[in-house]
Amino acid sequence: MTSVKLKLKNNDVQRIQEICKSFNNEPGELINVLHKTQEFFGYLPAEVQEEVAEGLRISVAKVYGVVTFYSFFTMLPKGRYPISVCTGTACYVRGAEKVLDEFKRILKVAVGETTPDGKFSITCLRCVGACGLAPVVMVGDKTYGRVTTDGVKDILKEYENE
Amino acid sequence: MELIKLTIDNRTVEVEKGTTIFHAAKKLDIEIPTLCYMNLADLNIEHKPGGCRVCVVEVEGRRNLAPSCATVCNEGMMVKTNSMRVLNSRRTVLELILSDHPFDCLICAKSGNCDLQTMAIKMGVRSIPYQGEKSTYKPDFSPAIIREMDKCIMCRRCETMCNDFQTVGVLSGINRGFEAVVAPAFERDLDHSECTYCGQCVAVCPTGALTEVDHTPQVIRALADPTKTVVVQTAPAVRAALGEEFGLEPGTLVTGKLVAALRRIGFDYVFDTDFAADLTIMEEGTELLDRLGRFLGGDKTVKLPMLTSCCPGWVNFFEYNFPDMLDIPSTARSPQQMFGSIAKSYFADKIKVNRKEMVVVSIMPCVAKKFEASREEFKVDGNPDVDFSISTRELAALIKGANIDFNSLPDEDFDKPLGESTGAAVIFGTTGGVIEAAVRTAYELHTKKTLDKVDFKQLRGLEGIRAASVDFDGIEIKIGIAHGLGNARKLLDDVKAGRSEFHAIEIMACPGGCIGGGGQPLHHGNSAVLTARQKAIYSEDEMKTLRKSHENPYIIKLYEEFLGKPMSEKAHHLLHTHYFAKKTRHIDID
Repeated sequence: MTSVKLKLKNNDVQRIQEICKSFNNEPGELINVLHKTQEFFGYLPAEVQEEVAEGLRISVAKVYGVVTFYSFFTMLPKGRYPISVCTGTACYVRGAEKVLDEFKRILKVAVGETTPDGKFSITCLRCVGACGLAPVVMVGDKTYGRVTTDGVKDILKEYENE
Repeated sequence: MELIKLTIDNRTVEVEKGTTIFHAAKKLDIEIPTLCYMNLADLNIEHKPGGCRVCVVEVEGRRNLAPSCATVCNEGMMVKTNSMRVLNSRRTVLELILSDHPFDCLICAKSGNCDLQTMAIKMGVRSIPYQGEKSTYKPDFSPAIIREMDKCIMCRRCETMCNDFQTVGVLSGINRGFEAVVAPAFERDLDHSECTYCGQCVAVCPTGALTEVDHTPQVIRALADPTKTVVVQTAPAVRAALGEEFGLEPGTLVTGKLVAALRRIGFDYVFDTDFAADLTIMEEGTELLDRLGRFLGGDKTVKLPMLTSCCPGWVNFFEYNFPDMLDIPSTARSPQQMFGSIAKSYFADKIKVNRKEMVVVSIMPCVAKKFEASREEFKVDGNPDVDFSISTRELAALIKGANIDFNSLPDEDFDKPLGESTGAAVIFGTTGGVIEAAVRTAYELHTKKTLDKVDFKQLRGLEGIRAASVDFDGIEIKIGIAHGLGNARKLLDDVKAGRSEFHAIEIMACPGGCIGGGGQPLHHGNSAVLTARQKAIYSEDEMKTLRKSHENPYIIKLYEEFLGKPMSEKAHHLLHTHYFAKKTRHIDID
């Protein structure tokens, strides 16, 4: 998994240990701890995972195993405007891949990555339950339906001045 | 105890409630094939992830096939282990596994000894109907272990050994689906992890995914070089296991044939690590008596318990996990390193060979010894005391490659002076042996009395953690023994918390001690092999006339001619070492 480094400050370390403690430092609570930790940092860089491993007294390999198993967890910071392209069956057959390619082409980043200015990141997701609007794209909480390749630049334009 | 009756392949069998179909079938001598299940019964290690799906069977009334290793028997169950449906399914599973496996069996280190290959042969697979992408991962070459994860079949036995048994925690399943692989955190190389190189992952790997670094080409090159004097030493556990590679029963002692084979391969001097084990006892035993004496005299600065330091996997483990307790282990080097140090000083002087022209090869049941031999502190001006360390398996390959018919070899004796040893040295090969050897010598040195009964049965066995006490003429010496790093961790946690009452603790990283080392012939999940090897070790001890290290005449001579006395300045310089606190966190790395 590609990752971005983070230099942990003292209070970051403290925050992680507090999260671990709130789950009684129970190894079985690893997934919950990772959820809370990702909520706080936005992502789970190696430094954070080592701290979680220490807090729960488990091996860092185990932590990394869980982080890489669930697609929800990420070792890369998401952009301020995270773009999610639905590649579920309905969206896929209606051209989601072309839409995805267009985002990748314009933003010059791959799936799972963030633009250097930290503004946009691209991920894929599987079905948001709006198949009638296929193909569907989400930017943050906002949903766009029936997106075409031509429509991609219009979506990005909305965030031009932000 | 409740009993259950069921039918397997039309035969009735009665088993205890809770027994799996896999074990019930075994009772009827039906060997259901599996690639992931592993049961080292004598060591209480059971691995049953139910992952490979090779062991599936048909259970009447059940919709799908059941993994026999993870399905518990029920009263009246009707099981078929070889129906058409089972055989077809098993074959499909195997073919799918093979479809994502490299076909380089001809040049694979595990060829001929690979569980996957054996199964493909057994099932007569002649073609793979599935074609598609193959998973690829970058190979990882550490100083001792090679990981070629393209060959991994995700049985995850290595994970069980690394995490549950050893508590080293380096290996974990990461990613999911097609990308899934067993790897260290952040997919670092082993060299950049807390790997102790104990090699237990290698010992249980069913395929060629985990193997030892092969040093036999370097050994052959040294043997062919007329300017080099090549000296070989062989560890105690090797003689109790090597025979298995030549079809002999586990537990067959092959000491004499081993010596003959090494001579025929062309080593100039065939010596015994057992000599150095006797030397270890002189140094370690004296150190123990010194620490005990000062402790009993009221010196509060003395660190007790003293921990043995012969096992390089264990040394790596405490350097990583107990960096604040580095003053507790004995400072004595391991027998392998003591041998190298003495061979390249005392012996090299004797035969008038410059140490740079001498090559010391060690035959070890171990892969961590490769790493140990490469440690900087065991080099003099860049020249290592032990040049190459090869495993029991590598030696077997060397013998086979040299056209030697091992089983028809005569028994020969080790060369003198570094080939003479006592029974105390032989038992270094099993858990409990080092401390028993130390007790035999320490008792006599301390009490100045002759020990009539040298067998300390209370120190023997295969229990993971053992405690015993030995009466030193009125003083009760409390001894702890652990094998397996997970067990060692428990004893060390006690020491750290101030709960330990032991004066001395022996630790070996591998199950059973060196007899179960990562470099030994593969046990293929049969722990009875280890008990047989242990028996062989004790029987060799019993056959020896001399059974106490300090009675070894060549050890006595070594001190007279060269070292002075145990713990002398020269002995410190050549036979002792120090330890390093190693970082377990890698925030600043890469």
